[in-house]
Amino acid sequence: MIQIEHLTKIYQTPSQQVLALDDVTLSVKKGEIFGIIGLSGAGKSTLIRCINMLEKPTKGSIYVDGREITSLARRELRSERQKIGMIFQHFNLLSSRTVFENVLFPLEIAKVPLDQARARVNELLELVGLADKANVYPGQLSGGQKQRVGIARALANNPKVLLSDEATSALDPQTTSSILKLLKDINRQLNLTILLITHDMNVIKQVCDRVAVIDNSRIVEIGDVLSIFSNPGTAISKSFINAVVKTDIPEDLIHASQVPQGHTTRLIRVSFIGSSAGEPIISSMIKQYRIDVNILYGNIDRVKDTPFGNLVLELIGETSLLDQSMTYLRERGLEIEVL
Amino acid sequence: MFEATALVSLPCLMGATTVEYSWLIEKVSLATWETIYMVVISTALAYVMGLPLGVILVTTEKGHILENIPLNRILGVVINIFRSIPFIVFLILIIPLTRLIVGGFIGTVASMVPLTLAAVPFVARLVETSLKEIEWGLIEAALSMGANAWQIITKVLLPEASPSLILGVAITAINLVGYSAMAGIVGGGGLGTLAYYYGFQRYQTLVLLVTVIILVFMVQGVQVLGDSLAARAVKRRR
Repeated sequence: MIQIEHLTKIYQTPSQQVLALDDVTLSVKKGEIFGIIGLSGAGKSTLIRCINMLEKPTKGSIYVDGREITSLARRELRSERQKIGMIFQHFNLLSSRTVFENVLFPLEIAKVPLDQARARVNELLELVGLADKANVYPGQLSGGQKQRVGIARALANNPKVLLSDEATSALDPQTTSSILKLLKDINRQLNLTILLITHDMNVIKQVCDRVAVIDNSRIVEIGDVLSIFSNPGTAISKSFINAVVKTDIPEDLIHASQVPQGHTTRLIRVSFIGSSAGEPIISSMIKQYRIDVNILYGNIDRVKDTPFGNLVLELIGETSLLDQSMTYLRERGLEIEVL
Repeated sequence: MFEATALVSLPCLMGATTVEYSWLIEKVSLATWETIYMVVISTALAYVMGLPLGVILVTTEKGHILENIPLNRILGVVINIFRSIPFIVFLILIIPLTRLIVGGFIGTVASMVPLTLAAVPFVARLVETSLKEIEWGLIEAALSMGANAWQIITKVLLPEASPSLILGVAITAINLVGYSAMAGIVGGGGLGTLAYYYGFQRYQTLVLLVTVIILVFMVQGVQVLGDSLAARAVKRRR
């Protein structure tokens, strides 16, 4: 649905050139929720703004639903933008218009006949759960309600794609969850492709199917959220994941246990996804290899809708048995990382 | 009318027995209406020209929706030149133009030409300041919906800036009250002419005083009206 090819953006300031995006290539499939995560200044905001040409790329091309956005004339670009909804961190609602009139705004721009437009606004307010706030001004709404208006507004012209620019970054955790749930529902109900950027791995964890990690203007990792969670390939991905899945074990715990003569210990992190979370693999490993296992940490979480667990184990036994045990775990499809 | 009530008690204070009250009331009310008329029309005309100029000043800036840097620079310089000419000089400088437009340069209608033209660059700058207060995010949101420049100006910039624009109108009108008095000295009509001819040249202190009081009330009234209209526009949104 969205195809980005060799996108480069350079900002020219009087004194120097700033490279904001460096040869970014990625594609977003129809109907998926795709997340881009990065620290502030990594270039993610520039990237999402290039997709509807709020920023003009220096090099490269972008296709949305097969049309090359980067080569459109002004008028064509405007009509194409009506098919790309966008929501913002600070909502950007018009304070001089009521909730109803704010949602009507994109329909006015698209010159939709008024009676048709009004019906559409009511439908959208119903969808985002704000039908009772139609005649209220944005100044009277909470952050979460404002973002719901933003979402209704972005959906007004039945877009093919929804761009979300840090849409939950100004909201508290609970409100964030409810907005993310709304986005997930919309994605499912309307089969709408959503591209979101965030600096919060929780957002990725809760709604995204795939994720791209952007660091220093480059995409450093891209893949299924689950596989990146269980097997992050870069230090930056690891640090994002650590922020939501705690696997750092306190130092004193690691060296606490007494090791019998001739035995060694090994600290491993086991991650398991989906159905394997239900099988007694650890228990059968202990029985089969007769090693000792010390469970230091464990949790089960959800990545979008799939259970995702982490265990930190201390294996104690003869070196050869430890090696065999780890092979055993790997053969059963678990991700093992020696800490 | 407040000017009438003000006059009743004044003569005893001033001891101005030479002034016939009925004459004074008649002269003062006529002059007051002339001033109001001049100020209202000039303010309106100044906005007809100044508002678009202010919009152009903002939207042709670098990175804005109608970026045109040469036009922006030239317009800025021209506005600054006009703003740096003292009004009393400007009044005389444009007499030929005034003649061309209204056929003379004495009287209420004639003085509306310099009043309007002097206010235009001022209005343009006020409008510019008001529009610049609007967050770029709102413009960006409208752009992301596919709005064109005209839609952004009429549906985002002007409505969002309306409280600030209303205050600008009040400031302009108040300035024009002052300017109209100045124009009165060269025969522009209104309270300025009255104050100058009778109050100053004929030593009728009472006339001078009454004029000043009326001007004070007028300025006060415009400001209060502007404030309350602006406050209402803001309040509606909270």
